[in-house]
This record gives sequence, C-alpha cells and structure tokens, in this order.
Amino acid sequence: MKKDIILAGVGGQGILSIAATIGTAALDAGMHLKQAEVHGMSQRGGEVQSHLRISEDEIASDLIPEGKADIIIAVEPMESLRYLSMLTHEGWLITNTTPFSNIPDYPDLDRIVEKIKSIQNHVAVDADAMAKAVKAPKSANIAVLGASAPHLGLEIGKLENAIRKIFATKGEVVVQQNIDAFRAGLKASREYKS
Amino acid sequence: MQKLLLLGDEAIAQAGIDAGMSGIYAYPGTPSTEITEYVQSSREAKEIGIRSNWSANEKTAMESALGMSYAGKRAMVCMKHVGLNVAADGFINASITGTNGGLLVVAADDPSMHSSQNEQDSRFYGKFSMIPILEPNNQQEAYDMVHYGFDLSEKMKVPVLLRITTRLAHSRSGVFPKQKKEQNGLKLPEDLRQFVLLPVIARKQYKRLLSHQPEFVRLSENSDFNKYFDGEDKSTGIIACGIAYNYLLENYEGKNIPYPVLKIGQYPSPLKDVERIYDECEQILILEDGYPILEELIKGLLNKGKRIRGRLDGSLPRDGELNPNLVGKALGRKFESRHAAPDFLRPRPPKLCKGCSHNDSFLALNEALSEYSRGRVFSDIGCYTLSALEPLEAINSCVDMGASITMAIGAAEAGLVPAIAAIGDSTFTHSGITGLLDAVNNNSPITVLILDNSTVGMTGGQKSSALGRIEQICKGIGVEEEHIKVLKPLPKQHDENVSVIKQELNYNGVSVIIPRRECIQTLNKRMRAKHKAKVADIR
Repeated sequence: MKKDIILAGVGGQGILSIAATIGTAALDAGMHLKQAEVHGMSQRGGEVQSHLRISEDEIASDLIPEGKADIIIAVEPMESLRYLSMLTHEGWLITNTTPFSNIPDYPDLDRIVEKIKSIQNHVAVDADAMAKAVKAPKSANIAVLGASAPHLGLEIGKLENAIRKIFATKGEVVVQQNIDAFRAGLKASREYKS
Repeated sequence: MQKLLLLGDEAIAQAGIDAGMSGIYAYPGTPSTEITEYVQSSREAKEIGIRSNWSANEKTAMESALGMSYAGKRAMVCMKHVGLNVAADGFINASITGTNGGLLVVAADDPSMHSSQNEQDSRFYGKFSMIPILEPNNQQEAYDMVHYGFDLSEKMKVPVLLRITTRLAHSRSGVFPKQKKEQNGLKLPEDLRQFVLLPVIARKQYKRLLSHQPEFVRLSENSDFNKYFDGEDKSTGIIACGIAYNYLLENYEGKNIPYPVLKIGQYPSPLKDVERIYDECEQILILEDGYPILEELIKGLLNKGKRIRGRLDGSLPRDGELNPNLVGKALGRKFESRHAAPDFLRPRPPKLCKGCSHNDSFLALNEALSEYSRGRVFSDIGCYTLSALEPLEAINSCVDMGASITMAIGAAEAGLVPAIAAIGDSTFTHSGITGLLDAVNNNSPITVLILDNSTVGMTGGQKSSALGRIEQICKGIGVEEEHIKVLKPLPKQHDENVSVIKQELNYNGVSVIIPRRECIQTLNKRMRAKHKAKVADIR
C-alpha cells in the first residue's frame, strides 16, 4: 500500500495536525513515511501545503511528483484547487467548502465549488459547520481528515488512536472534540453523493 | 534502537546530543532554526548540560563555537545560508587555525528562496575554506553525518561543513539513532600558538591546510556517503549530489537505473569516481540542488571534453529547487497531468498578523511621511519586511541584517533628508548597533525606528538579544537622550505617534524612535500557557 497525499490550506488552519495524525497512524501500521512541511515566512496567513507520503516500501523523494498524488486534502476550497496538477488521473479531492477570505480579490465561491465538483472523485463538505455542530469549532481540520478517511487505506481505529495521541497533551475535552469532528466528517463522506 | 520520526533539522540536533556535543551556537534563521530549538527543548540535552542559548548573530555564534573547540570540546554552530556571510570571517579563518575539539558548521541553504533573499550555495564556502563538506540525501544520513563529521573534524583538526537545504531541513522521516558518546573533557590544544594567526604562524598553518587537501580527496573516495552504482547503458552517466539523488531514484520507482550513477555526499569530490564515470560514459548529467558547482568544475572553462548536462546547458533550470519532475524531464521523461489548476485562483501572500504592532507603526510612519516625497524608508530582515507589500507599501529596501541604518546614512549623505531606517529589535542587536554608531559619529540626519516586538518574530518567537536593552544601547553609543522616543503602537495612540515621528523627522541629527508592543503571536502563546497553568492550579 502506498498513498501520496497533498495537504493544503492557509497558515494557521492546522494542516500539520492532519499530517501528524495520518503519519502517526501510518507508523502504527508499520509503514514508511516522508513528510515535507512549510515553515517560516509562508506561515503568516499565506498559502501552505505539505507533501505526505506513506508506503509499505522505502520512499525516495520527499516531494511527490506532479500528477502522482492519490489524494488532495484541503481545509480551504480555493487552496484545494491550487495543487490540482499534482493529482493523479483517478485521484481524490477532499475539501472543506468554507472559504478563508483574507485577500481582497478572493474569487467567486460558486466558480470554485463548480470546479471542485467537476473532479470525478471528490468530497466537498462544510467542515466548519460540521465542527460547530458537534461543539468542536476549532476542529474543522480534523473534520476534513474524517472526510478523507475512507480513501486513506488506513484503519479507522488507527486514525482515531492517532488523534488521541496527537491531542493528548491538550486534555480529554480537546481529544473528544476532535474525535467527534473526525466522526462527523467520516459520516458525511460516506453519505456523500457527488 | 527505536526509530525516531524527525525533521532533518531535528535529526541533526539529536545526532549532536548523541555524538557528545557540549554546545550548540546559533542565531535563528529559516530553515535552520529547529536544530537549536530541538536541543533547547530536549530534556536529555539539559540533563547532560549541553549549552544552547541563542547568540546575538552568526558571527558571535561561530566564534563561540570555535572557542569551545579550542577548549577541546565538541561544538556545533548552525545558521541559514546567508548567516554564513555574517559568520564568514570566523568561518574561513577557522580553517587556518584548525580545531581542537570537533567543530561542525551546519549551513541550511534555501533554493527557491522559500524564506530568503537569495539562494547562495554554501558548498562554495566550504570549497573556499578548503575543508570537507558533507551533504546528506535524507534524514538518516543527516544524523549519521553529524557523528562522522565530529570524528572527521577531530581526526583532521579542521572544521567540517554540513550543508543541507530547506527540503531536507523541513521534511520528516524515520531515523535510527546510534550508540551515545560521552562529551570530551576540557583539554587545550597541544600547541598554544595554534590559534594565533600572526602572519608568521598563519603561513605555517595555511601550508598545513594545503598539505591536507590530497587526504581530504582520499577520504571522500573511501567515504560511505559517496557511492558508485554500475549500469549497463553507458550513453549517460549521472552524478547526483545530496537530496537530488532521491529525485533520481523516484523516477525509477525502486527499479534498477540503467545508467552508471555516482551519488555524492562528501566533498571534495571523489576524484577517482568522477574520473571513472567520465571515462566510462558518453555524456554526463549532473544533478545538484543549488548552484552548478560540480558541473562548472567538470565542464571547465573551455568545455572541450564530453557533453556535460545540467543547470548550465538548460537540461535543468538554472535557478530554483529541483524536484522529481525536473529531474525526470532531464532524463527524457514525459509527464502528463489530466488536472490543471484553474486560472481564476489568486495568490495568497503572507501578511502581517491581525493585531500586529508593526501595522500600527507603519500606519503612523506613512502618515508622518505624507508631506515628503516617497522612497525614503530603508528597512531590514524580519516580519516587518512584509510592509513593503499592499496595503502598507511602507518600505523601500530589504537587503541584509542591519542594512537599514547604514543605507539610510549613505542616502542621507547623498542628499535624501530625512532618510528613515526601520529595523526590528533582534535585527538591531544582530547587526544594527555598529551602523547606529556610524550614524552618531557622522551626525547623520536619519530617523531610526527600532520596531520592538520583544522577540525574533519571523522565525517563530525566539528570545531576542535586545530584550530590555535598546534604550541603554542607544544612549551608550551616543544618541542624545532627548531624541530617543518610545511609542506604543496602538490604533488609539495613532495621532500622538504621528506627531512624535514628524517632530523627529525634522531634527537634523540622529533620532531613535522605539515603537514597543509585544508580538501578537508570542503574547497569545504566553496567555494560553498562563491560562493552562491557572486551570491546572484550580484543579
């Protein structure tokens, strides 16, 4: 099993927590992992992305080749489209639909959603609303992770264990909020009709 | 031993701890910052007493590390590539003095300028000082090279340069640690004149360095970090340096590469292997993530030999970071992507945080300057450099650490009066103080804004060497007390701040204005920690 994953969002939206969770679950499954992060200047409210590669075999490159990503997981709709050329022919685009509009010329959201829905394999969910509905307003990122879970090739139980591990230092309340958000995303994804 | 999941930077730090390092010296700079931060937050490092406080700049870091080496202990010094420019004096001369305890210099280059003003290749500096250079292709090699580098430094009595790039620094992967080593004891050099670079001694020491060069080549030829892989198809031979080797492997997805391949991780280049691949193959493709250093060397000025392909002949782009696709294209691969990003997407550049004090400082400065012609604000390296972009468009230069004050001096002397310098607190103590001294000695008509957010903001909130000292430093240098003004950069203070700045712009001498308000990121972090402690208390 091998999955090449692009994570996308805006600095501060928590894509590194998604990466850490998938990474922890993959290690738990005895897999190899490489994850290229973005630090420094680009974090200040700018676009951020991370290349996450998990595989049963050794991984050579830290970067995923163009057109070879199996999944794009995005916490923001415009950012979900920015790395589209990275996606393989049958790849999955999993994204939040709530925009993070911190630029004056943010494009028309309808056009963005239309483009997302034109991708054959996609899941577009309002992760912000889902996270709020389960009283976990800060966990929209983990709701998106939940929406991606059926396509990661990892056991759901292993992903939930990873969430418990990653958020353990923040206390039981935060852990449960993230589990709830994850499950809400997972449910929405399983019921999703494109 | 258990496998650790580490960033390249963290692998280097853990290796330092395991290899008996006694101290790490650094000034924060992307992508090198996490090396020192890892040591600072390591309980193990604390227990065994590894010193790890931030230095005022890369030069002081380099020299302190050299001092620790003089005293017989292992020292690491870390910096981003442009930091090596600041440390260059000490760095180059350390190859002449040689070392006593192991001295490892880590330079983190930033091809593609993700967070930098240029993409200079630190291997040039290593070659310039004629010392061995190590360049890992993955996190495990980065870890192993720290152990090897310290041993090599002690064996050959020279500093060793470990060169990494952003991609390795900030990528996470599994690392197997090695057996831990004890720190060295205090032991001075056998020759107490070894570090005295008087010409008569320096000439001898320089000859020693020169005489070691053939041995450095021999060590590279026998190094485990340099490997020759034979291939049936001799139409092309491939030399892949550092992380570029991974991109080559990626294009064959675990299958055998048909061409002979020379993987290089240690310099000076392994001459025998380079000669073999050149003689065996019809043409050579060179993959380097950085400047085409090896390519130039092998090609030579006249390029009358075999065809050498790489960044200089257009097989690969001349600038920017390599990736699997670029390397694939150089190998004649074609890539097709069914998907393409739509053209209506907009860039989302980084910007100052909501509530950032710099925003209020520049709004006030912009208004105070509205009666003058534009183009008089010289600035520096830090978060505030973002004020060059919309909507503030407040500054007109960003060159190197400290250049704001000194460029303002020159511009004022050319007739641009008033000229303004805008520099951060940490950048000021890094390299701004000497410039301010020049301004005082010249009585230059400049207004210096020292934007004091009480931290090194851009790299994530490290402790600033300037903390609580700025006014004292300015007074000590000789700035007149009545022209040192402290402001509170807040929207409600705006009018008052504008009037103070206007007043100082009119002064025909050196003024220092210090807009002081804590970085919103470190403030939030502090408040969260305080809240957490309070909650824990109640429980």
